[in-house]
Formats: sequence, C-alpha cells, structure tokens
Amino acid sequence: MTTARETVLGRIRDALALAPAEDTPVPRAYRTGRTFPDEERLALFTDRLVDYKAQVHPCTADRTAQVLAEVLRQQGATRIGVPQGLDPAWLTAYDGEVRQDSEDIPAPGLDVLDGVVTASAVSCAETGTIFLDGSPDQGRRALSLVPDLHVCVVDLSTVEVGVPEAVARLVPERPTTLISGPSATSDIELERVEGVHGPRTLAVVIRTDA
Amino acid sequence: MSATFLGMPATPPRSPYGTGNLRGDRKFPAAAHDELRNEQLRSNLGRATHTIRAKRLHVTGELPDWEELRDAGSAIKTDTMNRLPELLEELERNVTARGGTVHWARDGVEANEIVARLVRETGSDEVIKVKSMATQEIGLNEHLESLGITAHETDLAELIVQLAHDKPSHILVPAIHRNRDEIREIFLKEIPGVDPSLDNVPAHLAGAARAYLREKFMTTKVAVSGANFGIAETGTLSVVESEGNGRMCLTLPDTLITVMGIEKVLPRYQDLEVFLQLLPRSSTGERMNPYTSMWTGVTPGDGPQTFHLVLLDNGRTAALADRIGREALNCIRCSACLNVCPVYERAGGHAYGSTYPGPIGAVLTPQLAGMHAAKDDPNSSLPYASSLCGACFDACPVKIDIPSLLVELRHQHTEQSGTTAEKLAMKAAGAVMSRPKVYTAAQKASRLGRALARDGKLPALPPPLNGWSDSRDTPAPPKQSFRAWLASAEGAAAMREASAEHTRDQQQEDGK
Repeated sequence: MTTARETVLGRIRDALALAPAEDTPVPRAYRTGRTFPDEERLALFTDRLVDYKAQVHPCTADRTAQVLAEVLRQQGATRIGVPQGLDPAWLTAYDGEVRQDSEDIPAPGLDVLDGVVTASAVSCAETGTIFLDGSPDQGRRALSLVPDLHVCVVDLSTVEVGVPEAVARLVPERPTTLISGPSATSDIELERVEGVHGPRTLAVVIRTDA
Repeated sequence: MSATFLGMPATPPRSPYGTGNLRGDRKFPAAAHDELRNEQLRSNLGRATHTIRAKRLHVTGELPDWEELRDAGSAIKTDTMNRLPELLEELERNVTARGGTVHWARDGVEANEIVARLVRETGSDEVIKVKSMATQEIGLNEHLESLGITAHETDLAELIVQLAHDKPSHILVPAIHRNRDEIREIFLKEIPGVDPSLDNVPAHLAGAARAYLREKFMTTKVAVSGANFGIAETGTLSVVESEGNGRMCLTLPDTLITVMGIEKVLPRYQDLEVFLQLLPRSSTGERMNPYTSMWTGVTPGDGPQTFHLVLLDNGRTAALADRIGREALNCIRCSACLNVCPVYERAGGHAYGSTYPGPIGAVLTPQLAGMHAAKDDPNSSLPYASSLCGACFDACPVKIDIPSLLVELRHQHTEQSGTTAEKLAMKAAGAVMSRPKVYTAAQKASRLGRALARDGKLPALPPPLNGWSDSRDTPAPPKQSFRAWLASAEGAAAMREASAEHTRDQQQEDGK
C-alpha cells in the first residue's frame, strides 16, 4: 500500500512536472551586517522598548545587584525565581525570597512566584526584541513565562542593530523565545491591551558596559 | 493505479468536497448581500481595517529596504515551491533526528484522524490550541468534538469566536466583526464563573480571558498548534504570536502536535531574518510581535517531551500544479491584503465562506478546494469578489500578484463551466481586442467612455453573465452604436471569426 508520505511527495513531483519551474535566485539586497556605536544602539533599543511599554533601567555592570533589588522592590516582588545558572552575585542586594528553578517543579508551581530574573542571549535594537535561548542563565521556557513579572538583564554588547544581525548570532537547535515587550492583544476592536497570558510586566536592565 | 507509476504526471487532487472549511454554502454575492445589511459589522470592520492600515504603513515606511525584503521574501518562497520535495524530506530528517515524529496527511480528513489518534494515545480528552489557520481549514475542532475530545482555543479572538459558536472572519483578528459590547455579552453568557459585573473595557475583557484560560494552561497535557515556518535545514518550527497563549501551549503540556501545511517550509534558518521582518510589520503593523517561539524537536528538561509534526497537503499540491496559481502558496498569512481590500472591508470575512477570506482567500480557496466540485459551486464566485483595484498586490509582503491570479481563475472558470453564449462572448471580446484596428473601431462605435460616464446601469444580467453582474453594476452601453458596430462588416467578421475559433476549440475538446 502506498503511504501518505509517498503519495504527497509523488503529488508534488507530479505538480512540478506538469508545471515546470524556473530556477529562482534569491536577491538579498536588504540591509545586513550593520554596526552602530554603543550610544546609538542603546538609544534605539530603549526607544523601542519604551514604545512597547516595557520598563528600561540602564546601568553599569557593577551596579547590577543594586538595580535589580530596586526594580524588584518597586514591583513588590517578595518571592522570585531564578534559573540555575544565574550569577548569584546579581541578587546579593535583594532581601526577598529567591527560589532556584529545577526541571522537576511542575509549571503550576511557578505560579506562586511574584517574578523571575533571567539573563538573555541576544537582542535586536531596531525592533526592541530580546532573544532567550535556554542557556543556564536564562533557564527553561516555562520559568520566564508563568510568573507575572519578568526582569531581564541585557548586556549592551549583545544588542545587535537589526534582525539579520541578531538572527545570525542564534543557535538554531536551542529552544528560542523572542520577546518584544510584555504580552499584548489587539483582538478587541484592535485596541492594544498589554498583558494577557505572558508576564504582564517586562523590566529590562541594560548593562551599558557589559 | 496511480499514473505516477507509469512515469506520467497526474494532476493532484483538490481538498475533498464536503470536508473542512474551504467552501461556504452559498455564493459570495448572496452571502455578501446579507452581510452588507449588518451595519454593526460594517462599522466594526471599517474602523478596524483603517486602524491597522495606518499602523502597517507607518512601520513598513520606516524601513528603507522594505522593497528589498519583499523581493527576497518572494524569491525565497518561489524557490521553496520549486524544491518542495527535497526540502520536506530534509525537514522530516532533521525533526526526526531531534526526537520529533513526522506524519504525512493527504488531506484534512487524514490529518484530523492522525491528530485524534495521537491525542487518544496520551489518554487525554482535552487539548489546548494555539490559533492556527491549518487546523481551522480542516475542521479539527469539530472532528475532535465528535470523538469526545474538547479543544480549547486559547487565542483571545479565537476564544470569542468559539464561545459565541461563531466562525472566524479575519486571518489575524478572527473576531474583528465583534465589538466590545458583544464580546462582553458573550463572556457573561459563556464563561463559567465570570464576574457578573464585568464591563466592556478591553483590558477587563482580556483579564477575564486570562483568568479563565490560566487553569487550562496549567492542567491540560496536550497542545495542538499550527506553524508559521518550518526550517528544513535545522528542523526548527516557529509560531509567531502576541498574547503568550502560544508560548503557554508550546511550553507547558507534555505533548505537542503541530499541523503544518507543506508550503510553510523554508530552506534556511537564515531565511527567518527576512520573514521576521516582513510578517509582523505586514500583519499587526508592529515592528515585532510580542512573542515568537522557535523549537527544534524535543529539548530534554524544557517543554513538551513528545513532539509530533503533521505535514498537510489538502489541495496544496493541486495548487502547485498550476503554473500561475501556485503563487498563492507563497502566502505567509499576514492578512495585509484583507485590511486594504475595499470588498473585504464592506462584505466582511464570512461572505467568502472559507477559512481564508479576503483577496488571498479568493485565490487560495478555489485552488485548494476547486471551484467546479458541484453544480453552482459557491467557490466559483470567489474570483469575482474583487474590483481588481490592485491594493492587495501593493500590500503583499511576498508580492503575490493577486489581481492577475483572480483574472486567471476567472478565465479558468469561464473555460470550465461557461455556457456556449458566455464563451462566445469571451471569444468575441478576445478576437476584437487582439486586433488593434478593430478594437479602436469597436471602441469608437460603442462609445464605451460615454456609456461609463452616464449613470445608466443594467440590472443583474441573466445567466450565464450573472457571474459578472452579481458583483458589480454593469453600465448600459448606448444601444444603437454597439448594434451599429455589430451590424457593420467589421463587427460581423469579428463575430464570425470568434465563432469559428470557438467551434474549433469545441471539436478539439470533444476529440480528447
């Protein structure tokens, strides 16, 4: 008996035989490989994040712990989750409860957290997008999804200008999440509402010298 | 026996008649006629489409290389279609190598059966769903329901549509035909335990949906999704969304089943750099949508540990066999063409009778499901659901020439089902238009310009010409001058020639 696989592939070959196609070269004349100075990337990235109603907190690397503590305090987060590989020095100024994530905590268990602090892999200034790739300092995808507050640390050296430059830095096999502001919907009369199922608050700590 | 075995290519079949959601129960003009009476619908649609148009123009205008991105996107999709067999095999190989299981479905019925079997194997009797055009197209929810499996739509608009026992009317915002008051009523009536003092503020309505769905996300073991892109080179699948319901479904359950049309494959991971710019800006008019998820097979310790990919044909190969029509397969489902279409804006999505409404729906639906599958097939009216103004072509991020595809389908429709009189009229028009001198004479004689300038309009034309007059006003030509031309030697010669050509064609067809 012919399998569905053989049938579908056979149909495609038949279709292409019935209507032969010409080779189509792909023109890639769009902008790639752009580099901007730090200040410009910071300004562009900040502008986009603010446009999405994300909070932006620029700081130098030596102030990471203080800024994180301040952001978490402002948000009233008394119990936060962190991925296993997050630098412990980042939370030395925070006086709330810190729970380290582990694979065997079921997702509903993450719902008790007020927020989560993660690092990030790459960002794109032009679109205000942060890429998480599941590295140890970012954790599994559920961790940065279930809690209502996501505080994300971005090093300016990882902020690329545009989408092509950012995509080029990704590792395809890693589970990757692109985040551009807090979750949002425009499903009701196309009026944008921030905060549906993902974290309703996104705070971005940009380390300008890291 | 399949002709494939003889080395003779066979025309692939359309989506089977009577299955899925690719055909309405009446023709576009009749359906649109009723929808047009709904003032609420028209006002909702008008406001929504104008809002999104302005946003799209703003964010596409700020990229100086927008046209270059469109050129790249168009070429990548065309190249993909040309190499579809090898790319699908590569995708299958890479998904399998990373712990996923790939299934192939000849049509929607088979895909529904595969998904239902996979859900049953998990022991679950409910699934959470990410908004997906492919599963809407094949009527998956209805099939699961018939087997006692509950499918919970988790996209806000899809939830509104599902709770209202309604149908989607837009690719991107399926509840665009509903306003906040209607949505409030639906929630009050259909969401168990909803706060009876819920008002009509969109943020509050979204909050009610969040509370309702939270428990489903946390407890449901199986998710079903579609896919925006499937990367052959790496086996990576991608879903583009806004609300986070997609992330929830793609991350929290134990089992993920993704249904993807075979045309969604892309050759290289690098190609995402083009489509992650084209899609959000064309679709929601944002620089980037809030969330995009990309996953490759199964990742230990992160996300669903069982992953199934169902590759769906359901008439796509039939579209591929049409040298002109196959361009419609390049569609990335952004819905920009809907938002700029004067016909869609007034008639709304339901009038098209298909999961795919608007300009792209009018060319894609007939190709997937056919337009001569039954007597008076409703799909045969879709190519005429357009004024051919060309706004859709300008808006399309992958440059699908929708007006030309519509004209081609009109031609195919006439060839296939036109009566002798209609074909004769077409031939006569062709005969006249192909001879510049005769055409000029005909123009002059019929004083077409003058006719158009008058407000005289013909009533609906009798069959077989009602395909034309059902969807537009037909200007009445001045009687005497056209008749005068027809009676002239030139006119008579053109008609004779057309008639002879038509007879030759008929004989050729009969001799087949």
